[in-house]
Amino acid sequence: MCLGIPGKITEIYERNDFLMGKIDFSGVIKEICLAYVPEAKVGDYALVHVGFAISLMDEDEATETLKLIRDLVDFSEEFGDQ
Amino acid sequence: MKYIDEYRDPIKVKHLLDEIATTITQPRVLMEICGGQTHSFLHHGLDDMLPQELDLVHGPGCPVCVTPLEQIDRALAIANQPNVIFTSYGDMLRVPGTRENLFAIRARGGNVKVVYSPLEAVDLAANNPDKQVVFFAIGFETTAPPNAMAILQAKQRGLKNFSVLVSHVRVPPAMKALLSSTNNRVQGFLAAGHVCAVMGYHEYIAIAREYRVPIVVTGFEPVDLLRGILAAIRQLESGKAEVENAYERAVTFHGNQLAQETIQSVFMPVDRKWRGIGLIPMSGWGLRPEFEDFDAEARFAVGEIVTQESPLCIAGEILLGLKVPPQCSAYGKQCSPQTPLGAPMVSSEGACSAYYQYHGK
Repeated sequence: MCLGIPGKITEIYERNDFLMGKIDFSGVIKEICLAYVPEAKVGDYALVHVGFAISLMDEDEATETLKLIRDLVDFSEEFGDQ
Repeated sequence: MKYIDEYRDPIKVKHLLDEIATTITQPRVLMEICGGQTHSFLHHGLDDMLPQELDLVHGPGCPVCVTPLEQIDRALAIANQPNVIFTSYGDMLRVPGTRENLFAIRARGGNVKVVYSPLEAVDLAANNPDKQVVFFAIGFETTAPPNAMAILQAKQRGLKNFSVLVSHVRVPPAMKALLSSTNNRVQGFLAAGHVCAVMGYHEYIAIAREYRVPIVVTGFEPVDLLRGILAAIRQLESGKAEVENAYERAVTFHGNQLAQETIQSVFMPVDRKWRGIGLIPMSGWGLRPEFEDFDAEARFAVGEIVTQESPLCIAGEILLGLKVPPQCSAYGKQCSPQTPLGAPMVSSEGACSAYYQYHGK
């Protein structure tokens, strides 16, 4: 239930006065409520729980995390060579 | 899939494991709160690859596991009534009540439906005006915003045949209860990343300070989990007890404030009993008085609920991280996913089902 998964927003529209959208989870398309992420744009990645997007993925932070780990890998490889 | 594959990269995983092994110098006990993370650790085999000095204990973050037996029996009693469509997240169907489970009611022809989103239950109510549609609103801070929104939508659509059986729980009071317990062994926490995506992590600062424990906001993929462990171990090794975010791409300090405001508008903090653990003050959310028309407990008179747990099941000790599933005498014998005695053997977030699935009997 807490195992939310990220998916790509492909469409945004209103239904019953609520902000909804279509999200692509690696080929599986689902209708998702976007009321909690009104700033969402088509192409954004959202973290989805029980049919609701609860946060948008931050691309800059993701890039930064991967850089941090790459630095760790580079450092230990360099260290290992000496 | 973007935001998943790069966090399962074996090279990154190996380097993080090496870094953890070189950082840890003495036995340490960390708890991952979230049952989804427990499953991820075992699914990816990380538990076998971590250094022996690290004792990773599994926490109470399994929503269906901690839903009190009284509430499950009440759900069963409501689902057994004529003219009711009882809706629930799928995980709840096989959770044992005192005498049976929701799945058994459905097998007898009862109208029990699994919904993926609580909005499906609202649509069911709109499409079946002659039926009473009840939704079992359970879960932690992750399901509270969707469940609150379903209630708001039902109100806006003027639906008189929709109600909710509420059993919401919150993480921070449970962490405090664990840390206050005399037999607590936990020295640091991996905080549940998706709970924090909703709530932020400012609430944990006071807990880290008061109980002197590192708390690291942690995601669900192998790289995320190992980053969380590494950060917590580094803190313990240097004598720190701070709140850190190791799931930056999904979690901000303040969380999703719109979702928090919606939760506050529909729910209010209440005392809540946790199955296997007992009452934890102000650890749940209940409906605010202005939404009492949607309260299934008030709408359906089901008489007195008399509960009886399995005498063999040690779910409480499992949920508190005091024991691991193979230490239970019924594990893999009287209790299996096919014949569960307790909820942790059923749920996709339960520790017993994780061990059974990935480690076998």
